[in-house]
Amino acid sequence: MNEDYEVVVGLEVHAELKTQSKIFCSCSTAFGSEPNTQICPGCAGFPGMLPVLNKQVVEIAIKAGLALNCEIAEVCRFDRKNYFYPDLPKAYQISQLDLPICQNGYLEIDLDGQKKRIGITRAHMEEDAGKLIHQGDITSAPFSLVDLNRCGTPLLEIVSEPDIRSAAEARAYMEKLRSILLFTGVSTGKMEEGSLRCDANISVRPRGEKELGIRSEIKNLNSFRALERAIEYEANRHIEAIEDGEKIIQETRTWDEEKQMTLSMRSKEEADDYRYFPDPNLPPVKIDREWVEKIRATLPELPDQAQLRLVEEDGLPPYDATILTLTPEFLAYFDDCRAHYHDAKIISNWMMGELSKHLNQNNIEINDCKIKPTALARMLNLIDEGTISGKMAKRVFEEMFDTGKEPDVIIKEKGMVQISDESTLLKIIEEVMTANAGVVEDYRSGKKKALGFLVGQVMKATRGQANPAIVNKLLAERLKGD
Amino acid sequence: MELHELGLRDLQNKLNQKEVSVQEIVKSIFKRIHEVDDKVKSFITLDEENALKKAAHLQDSRKGQIAGLPFALKDVFCTRGLRTTCASRMLEDFVPIYDATAVSRLNSEQGILVGKLNMDEFAMGSSTELSVFFPTRNPWDLERVPGGSSGGCAAAVAAGEVPIALGSDTGGSIRQPAAFCGVVGFKPSYGRVSRWGVVACTSSMDQAGVIARKVEDCALIMNIIAGHDPLDATSVNIEVPDYTSFLNPDIRGLKIAYPGEYFQQAGVDKQVKDLVFKALKKYEELGAIIEEVSLPHTRYALPAYCIISPAEASTNLACYDGVRFGLRDYEADNVLDMYCNSRSAGFGDEVKRRIMLGTYVLSSGNYEKYYLKAMQVRRLIKNDFDKIFKEYDLIITPTTPTTAFKLGAEIDNPLTLYGNDIFTVPVNLAGLPAISIPCGFSDGLPVGMQIIGPTFAEGRVLNAAYAFEQNTEYHKNKPALGGEPI
Repeated sequence: MNEDYEVVVGLEVHAELKTQSKIFCSCSTAFGSEPNTQICPGCAGFPGMLPVLNKQVVEIAIKAGLALNCEIAEVCRFDRKNYFYPDLPKAYQISQLDLPICQNGYLEIDLDGQKKRIGITRAHMEEDAGKLIHQGDITSAPFSLVDLNRCGTPLLEIVSEPDIRSAAEARAYMEKLRSILLFTGVSTGKMEEGSLRCDANISVRPRGEKELGIRSEIKNLNSFRALERAIEYEANRHIEAIEDGEKIIQETRTWDEEKQMTLSMRSKEEADDYRYFPDPNLPPVKIDREWVEKIRATLPELPDQAQLRLVEEDGLPPYDATILTLTPEFLAYFDDCRAHYHDAKIISNWMMGELSKHLNQNNIEINDCKIKPTALARMLNLIDEGTISGKMAKRVFEEMFDTGKEPDVIIKEKGMVQISDESTLLKIIEEVMTANAGVVEDYRSGKKKALGFLVGQVMKATRGQANPAIVNKLLAERLKGD
Repeated sequence: MELHELGLRDLQNKLNQKEVSVQEIVKSIFKRIHEVDDKVKSFITLDEENALKKAAHLQDSRKGQIAGLPFALKDVFCTRGLRTTCASRMLEDFVPIYDATAVSRLNSEQGILVGKLNMDEFAMGSSTELSVFFPTRNPWDLERVPGGSSGGCAAAVAAGEVPIALGSDTGGSIRQPAAFCGVVGFKPSYGRVSRWGVVACTSSMDQAGVIARKVEDCALIMNIIAGHDPLDATSVNIEVPDYTSFLNPDIRGLKIAYPGEYFQQAGVDKQVKDLVFKALKKYEELGAIIEEVSLPHTRYALPAYCIISPAEASTNLACYDGVRFGLRDYEADNVLDMYCNSRSAGFGDEVKRRIMLGTYVLSSGNYEKYYLKAMQVRRLIKNDFDKIFKEYDLIITPTTPTTAFKLGAEIDNPLTLYGNDIFTVPVNLAGLPAISIPCGFSDGLPVGMQIIGPTFAEGRVLNAAYAFEQNTEYHKNKPALGGEPI
């Protein structure tokens, strides 16, 4: 990117709230059911139907607001956002405009050890729309089908300040926001299922300039990667246009995953006039302070607190702490393991390394992982006790990952016990030295690197089961001794 | 007296005395309907077969509060399995899969639904001429309108086609037709009766209520339909008194105010004014204290109403897009055309006028100028009433400035038509309970008097209405169903 320019980004995130039932009726919110099986006349916008607010939604929204350091409104109100679309049965969405439930919050992101605070302007409750299913492409389909299952699913729209300055910061914000929503149990945070969705407002300005540039709003960002790529693409598009003396227009664009570029949807002039006004069917919601404090008391340990604990109590580097706190399940795994093993950094290395690699490759959630945290701790203890070497441990780990067997069982079954007995090892060392007399000579004449080769030969001869520390010690003695 | 001329309570007494059977009552009602409805045109849909079945079934198992007694509904109340049209082309074939809460309460008290009554399309109008099906006629003079929008209810009750009907009142839609047709029209406080299942016109003002020939029947029905409904977030969760306990003729010491503004208004018929003053005298004779007061913001009520009501209606009626129910243009080849064609064909002129008005006043740049301003006026009007009710128990006004006008007389002049609601609209803006009862005749046409009470003081309103009714004979007059319909 052209360093003369600064990119300015604000994110609007829609998080589906994890409730049993919808925001204004008692229909189920379960994902993936047969179309139009989780609807009532209210979901379908039938005449005479009225919304009744689900109190659990308010409670969860307050919880999210508190976790995001927001002020919780004493009175909030619902408004109608009016527009016609076949997936919006009432032809208005019940949302919040002037009096949202949460305002003036922030979250902290950590980039290369630098902390940065990103402001959260507001978070408000609203209902989701249904979805349209087209046969083939929307422009050529002969008809569209309407599935209203998602209608009325509770959403929290979380709007950030334009405090984000790069694609990497945007990703860090999204990751942090997601982890907070996961830790608090507010949302399932599944971007691929659409339970966490993101729009980005992007503009650029010459470095040092105070005024914001003209922004475009990018929709359809369904993954962290799409978010990063879209911001990079859009920022460059703006910069190139400005450099070429063109004018940026305020517009809504969509991210085309296939073409890896943004495409114009509509300009500001074509934008709908939503004719917001207070929904007369829903009285204002009064939120008494006692309730807020009650909810605050139920807040679990949040990612920031957990990170601090990992750094201060376990001595982990901030980077490790950030990764380990991406999801509550990952952190719980670490904590469980840590309860049975003394060295946090070694656990962290295994979790960020082998464990993550295997989970990703096999597309498995950590909760479904066959290696229980206690089993991983046991394996690490076996290394420390000298029963297996680090190298052997990787083979044991794979077996554990595939079968879920305890490490002791695997070691026994495969006969993978480490050879630490000095007399057994000495015998093998003798054989290796005899077979590699030339190398021994080299070592003795000063080529110290030759030691590594000889250790390797001993390990090879024992199929990796020799205790490398003892082999090193014995070899060094033998080479010196003669 | 013929069975069809009796009120709900009278019929109930006859049933209890075993002087008459449920089937006889229901049959007499349908006989009357078949005799006179060709002239009056009150009903859009009759449910005769089901009603007779129910009557046969209830013959020996009456338990509910109105067991075996007939009622009818304005066609704005959703009825399970029975089409609910709102007198609109849009919903001509719409059959709900649910009963409105008020309807299921009447059903569970074993009332017998007779049919669905005509109205102005989507409850927008004051004459029932704006029904897509046909205009309803005033039983006192078939050349005249019955008022609206619950004109079918008032005409049917006046013509003896049914003893009571549920109507809805957004700006006078129960009281104005009741006044025009010489019957009782009771609009409870906003929030008293559930709106669930009542097709919305103006959500912040719509309220279901009763049209009957006698005040006591209003109390009887209110005992059933009033009360909190968890399905309506605006229905209040407070105790519901036994409304029949207010049916006593004693009103000594009651402080009644009459607002000067309502009587000085241009366009108020002199005879109407005189009859209401005469009624106030009657109250004085009965021991009430009568004083003139001022409701200074009265003249802003109608303009405010004409902004708030269309604003809400414009978005309440946005769900009629042809996608899931109601009229749809199947020929359109894209979704925008489908919307436009369906809505153009499905709605009448007045509905379209209000949708356009409402859309305009909510548009960006206009919201503050119109909608917000109107909401501020609404607050001032409510304050006016609150102030009076600190010192007075009730307020009495004419229900309408004039008696019923001729069919077609004002149909091309929406502003004059809106003017009909000038005395009823402020009550809806403030959410108060009010009743219209007959207080005399002007040139053979009924005149109505409006009694307004403080919020949730329905009982007091019924008490005053009952006292007047018991001490006058106006309600005993019966229309002759004369005059030639146009």
